[in-house]
Amino acid sequence: MPGPVQSIQRGAAILRLLARSSGRLGVGEIATSLGLARGTAHGLLRTLQLVGFVEQDETSGKYQLGAALLHLGTSYLDVNELRSRAINWADALAARSGEAVRIGTLLDGQILVVHHVFRPDDTLQTLDVGALLPMHATALGKVLLAYDAATTATLADGPLEAYTRRTIVAPKMLARSLSAIREVGWAVEVEEMTIGEAGVAAPIRGHGGLVVGSIGISGAVERVCDSKGQPKAPLVTFVRDAARAVSRDLGASRW
Amino acid sequence: MVMRYVMSIDQGTTSTRCIIFDHRGRLVSVTQREHRQHFPRPGWVEHDAAQIWRNLERIAPEALTQAGVGLDQLAAIGIANQRETTLMWDRRTGEPIGRAIVWQDTRTDTLVEKFAARPEAAMVQERCGLPLATYFSAPRIRWLLDHHPGLRERAERGEVLFGTMESWLIWNLTGGPEGGLHLTDVTNAGRTLLMNLETLDWDDDLLDFFGVPRAMLPRIRPSAETYGVASRVLPGVRIAAALGDQQAALFGQTCFAPGEAKCTYGTGSFLMLNTGAEPVRSSHGLLTTVGYQVGDEPAVYALEGPIAITGALVQWFRDGLGLISSAPEIETLARTVEDNGGCYIVPAFSGLFAPHWRSEARGIIVGLTSYITKGHLARAVLEATAWQTREVVDAMNADSGLELRTLKVDGGMTSDNLLMQDIADVLNVPVVRPMVAETVSLGAAYAAGLAVGYWPDLEGLRRNWHRAAQWLPAMDPRRRAEEYDNWRRAVERTFDWIKPHP
Repeated sequence: MPGPVQSIQRGAAILRLLARSSGRLGVGEIATSLGLARGTAHGLLRTLQLVGFVEQDETSGKYQLGAALLHLGTSYLDVNELRSRAINWADALAARSGEAVRIGTLLDGQILVVHHVFRPDDTLQTLDVGALLPMHATALGKVLLAYDAATTATLADGPLEAYTRRTIVAPKMLARSLSAIREVGWAVEVEEMTIGEAGVAAPIRGHGGLVVGSIGISGAVERVCDSKGQPKAPLVTFVRDAARAVSRDLGASRW
Repeated sequence: MVMRYVMSIDQGTTSTRCIIFDHRGRLVSVTQREHRQHFPRPGWVEHDAAQIWRNLERIAPEALTQAGVGLDQLAAIGIANQRETTLMWDRRTGEPIGRAIVWQDTRTDTLVEKFAARPEAAMVQERCGLPLATYFSAPRIRWLLDHHPGLRERAERGEVLFGTMESWLIWNLTGGPEGGLHLTDVTNAGRTLLMNLETLDWDDDLLDFFGVPRAMLPRIRPSAETYGVASRVLPGVRIAAALGDQQAALFGQTCFAPGEAKCTYGTGSFLMLNTGAEPVRSSHGLLTTVGYQVGDEPAVYALEGPIAITGALVQWFRDGLGLISSAPEIETLARTVEDNGGCYIVPAFSGLFAPHWRSEARGIIVGLTSYITKGHLARAVLEATAWQTREVVDAMNADSGLELRTLKVDGGMTSDNLLMQDIADVLNVPVVRPMVAETVSLGAAYAAGLAVGYWPDLEGLRRNWHRAAQWLPAMDPRRRAEEYDNWRRAVERTFDWIKPHP
């Protein structure tokens, strides 16, 4: 087993130092306190700032603990808890839309299916809870990417894997698509993962509005989309209503 | 075209709920109100029936408003209720006589022992299909008559009425003191110990045995039939069904054919198997009960296996041990390990129910070694529910001669995927969850809608049933046999723990 990672140890020391000090600290003070070269301290602070663990005051240039740290303990949502909270709404969505419903969360750069409701036509279907789906080629995944800059950044080097001719493979195209998703609050995917299949998904928000997962329907493209290839408006409404209902349930609760 | 709907009232142990369903059995609106649990002494549990009625007065109109549905759009009302909870009230004033004695209440234990010691005690199970136990209503009626001076005389004159919760609500809905209908249905009457399972009427010998005057008892009606029209709260709407909650779930799961079974997984769990037109007498520790009766048709009987502790074990893991912070996290913790590590938990917290009926048994954790982690314990917690289900299914197969082919499941624990897979694995049959999880309410709505012709027939109801999820067995048969053997040995070790009183 490799030894401890020095930069993480140093990062942790900076956080502890900031937590102990009452006011803000400058980069020089931090470097001196921890016996680090000024440049090293600066590099560490830049990274901590990027992930939101520290914030820099604009006028004084000094550092303090970031807001993301405060939410670290409370933003955790157990996936089985999510399923338990969402199950009634997911059933209702499947019954209304007539399509299969899935709920996804982010796991190591992929979508983990945490809940699956069969399409209500009693055909043979297999439960795929626990399956992993690509983020950029599914509505469930694109919704999560749209609200997760850090994960999106990891895809920036591209090119992305093509599953069909219509999969978005260029990071720039993806970025445009994600900004459109943020604008309307839901995502659509038409034959980007599987030929003949389409899906619509919307974000599930937890405490404080943080996006914790996505819920969506998927099915044959001719059922999900109209003749112009756009998702049918009632289906989009059903998906958004379900997402809102689950979010309301999650937000109203204390964790 | 004006859309029409059916309303169900689920008068449960902790709350009363109104749900409006549409023609395809989809949920349109839900309102709910909890009532207070009174624990005046250890082992006593009571409800204030007046509070429950007030709650209904409030939530029923709310459900209509929420759905944007008018009274004239309600085709019928169906009622599902907590079973065996016992209430008496004054026919003239409508005032309850004290509080209702809830099904969990064990104040009648010494009374039941006295009844059981009588030579003719064996007649009870022969006639009504249920064993003499504190669980059922008749000993509670006797207890109330014995403990309220003058009550017996008033009951004999018909001034005081007995009912379970559906009787109380129907009486009040149809006018209360002004001409309220005093009736019950076969599934609820069947849980009193006073109804003859063959005639579906009050049995004079049983009434004598328990000392209950016939004048205070409601008329027994089918589960689905237009009983009357509400004059209060939902004026003008037909009241067309009443079923005990577990029977309602059987109906909601559309288990209409012999051999079809459902299990409702909650704090405790209730497995019920449709056995058709003849009651099957259990020789394996199950209850023989009425499943439902639709109008003039013959009653359909069922075998029931109640399991006392299933979800309650997860709650104990959370609240008693503090190893998880919410019930669904049990699955997360269990998935941190591959198997139970040789550890088994038998949750005989207050003895064991079906099929063992050992009141002196107490819970154990067995197979502990230094290898066991909290993850293994979490596995053992979930597996306890799966194996307890297996024991009841085995008893049902043996009693009925019908081989269970699929288990339909509902209730809160069905959101636990690992548990549902475990159950499929240990039963070696597919486990299926329907799309509407509210099967108790749905069953009451179905029965009411059927009675008034809102739905044409049982086949029409079946078409509304859709599979939301299915778990297929995937366990090596040898491992299944070995694990079952371990489980059974663990169960044996819970027996005879509480010493008999000297």
